[in-house]
Amino acid sequence: MTAFVELNEVTHVYGGGDGPPAVEGLSLKVREGEFAAIVGPSGCGKSTLMKLATGLQKPKAGLVAVAGQRVAEPIKITGMAFQNPVLLPWRTTLENLLLPLEVVQPHRQRLRANKAEYVARAEALLEKVGLKGMGAKYPWELSGGMQQRASLCRSLIHEPKLLMLDEPFGALDAFTREELWCVIRDLQAERAVTVILVTHDLREAVFLADRVFCMSARPGKITAEREIGFARPRDLEITYTPEFAEIVHELRGHIRQARAAA
Amino acid sequence: MKRSIWLRLAPYLFTLGFFALWEAACRALSISAFVLPPPSAIWTALVQYQKPLYTNAFHTLWMTSAGFALSILFGLAVGLLVGSSRLLRAGLNPLLVGFNAIPKVAVVPILVLWFGVGWLPPVLTAFVISFFPIVVNVATGLATIEPETEDVLKALGASRLDIMTKVGIPRSLPYFFGALKVSITLAYVGSVIGEQNASNLGIGNLITRASADFNVPLVFAALIVLAVLGIFLVAVVDFVENRMTGWAKRSQMAGG
Ligand SMILES: Nc1ncnc2c1ncn2[C@@H]1O[C@H](COP(=O)(O)OP(=O)(O)OP(=O)(O)O)[C@@H](O)[C@H]1O
Ligand SMILES: [Mg+2]
Repeated sequence: MTAFVELNEVTHVYGGGDGPPAVEGLSLKVREGEFAAIVGPSGCGKSTLMKLATGLQKPKAGLVAVAGQRVAEPIKITGMAFQNPVLLPWRTTLENLLLPLEVVQPHRQRLRANKAEYVARAEALLEKVGLKGMGAKYPWELSGGMQQRASLCRSLIHEPKLLMLDEPFGALDAFTREELWCVIRDLQAERAVTVILVTHDLREAVFLADRVFCMSARPGKITAEREIGFARPRDLEITYTPEFAEIVHELRGHIRQARAAA
Repeated sequence: MKRSIWLRLAPYLFTLGFFALWEAACRALSISAFVLPPPSAIWTALVQYQKPLYTNAFHTLWMTSAGFALSILFGLAVGLLVGSSRLLRAGLNPLLVGFNAIPKVAVVPILVLWFGVGWLPPVLTAFVISFFPIVVNVATGLATIEPETEDVLKALGASRLDIMTKVGIPRSLPYFFGALKVSITLAYVGSVIGEQNASNLGIGNLITRASADFNVPLVFAALIVLAVLGIFLVAVVDFVENRMTGWAKRSQMAGG
């Protein structure tokens, strides 16, 4: 199996000193086009894993590689979204979406001359997540769920190869969350982008992912890995089937163990 | 509807009330005009000395604006530097704080020594007294970018300059304008101090001369002129601030 994202025996200490590691001996492989979900107790190093995989943090030991290249500095093929949508309040929603294009090549050079094309692209994306015609609104005129949708769009606008989602739906109500599950599901199916999703919601992980990784308590490493075999496209209804419940239950067992070990 | 009219009138009513109380107190307690002249006497002085008050106020306005412009330039430059580099922040912090702690009145004699009596000491006093808040605020705006925002941009391969221009500078604008409001009043205080000690012109100098003549109503008239000018300057900054960073207020309203 060739891995698109690979972490091999990675250890990371924040601050670069000899303090207690945030993750230790962390190994993980994600295939190209795969949807991976990562679950684990709070503070176990899930966000740290994301930062390591994207090169935002350098590991103290071990190897991080993406697309066959060793990661030494922030890689430029990622889109990220977090629990906090962090849209820039002085930009309209549309201008927020265009932000990555102002940074990433080759769009950066083309943006000025091909503005209309990019704006159309952004508007199409907004429509896909149910924000049609909201581009002119400022982020603070949007509800939390709408901001999160916009933040998802921003992470996808430059057509990244790798999408990193760190609890993107954590702050939303159950209905909005399920709606956005479907949005992500469809976007991923359409673009065949590799996704790594960190979540606390086991149902979310099982519904969306091809594979779920469980992490131990700090210092985090992968303790279990579960293929999710449900056929795609998946319907929300499968979350009410006994097979689904069984997998969620099994994963819960892993998390409980990890928490107890801490 | 009624309430909003009262709100609009409140500043004027309160100001009028303040002067009415003042006048009444002076009369009821028969306070000597040498100690505290009543507003009516100050008004007479204002009318009588309107010409020197006008020319000197204009001069003070100039000194203040020049000093303020210097501190905007300098404050922005240093603030951007300090805010974007942790090394510079660590290194310059004690210097800046120490410098800010020096009472600026104590600096005026040095300025006189260097530049003689004239327009430079008031301008420079205004400058040294007012640049610090700008530096601190601009630096704070830059240094407190949400780590997630920075991560999003860095993961796109953004350079430090990108992050600074796309996020840092727009984000620090409200801080900058907030600082301007403090700074403009300080600059104004600075130029008056400078004029009192090292100038032959300006409201500060006028106050020095009037108090030497025991012309207390004129001193107060000059103070009133200073107060009115101060209100005017803050209003100007306020106006510019609202035009430039309305988003900050509106987004806070939406958030809170
Ligand atoms: N910038 C940082 N500096 C120092 N320590 C940090 C930093 N970020 C995280 N840590 C520490 O590293 C450990 C792992 O943090 P991380 O944010 O990766 O956890 P997490 O699994 O994402 O938690 P949660 O589920 O609550 O988001 C935590 O114990 C945390 O205290
Ligand atoms: Mg986290």
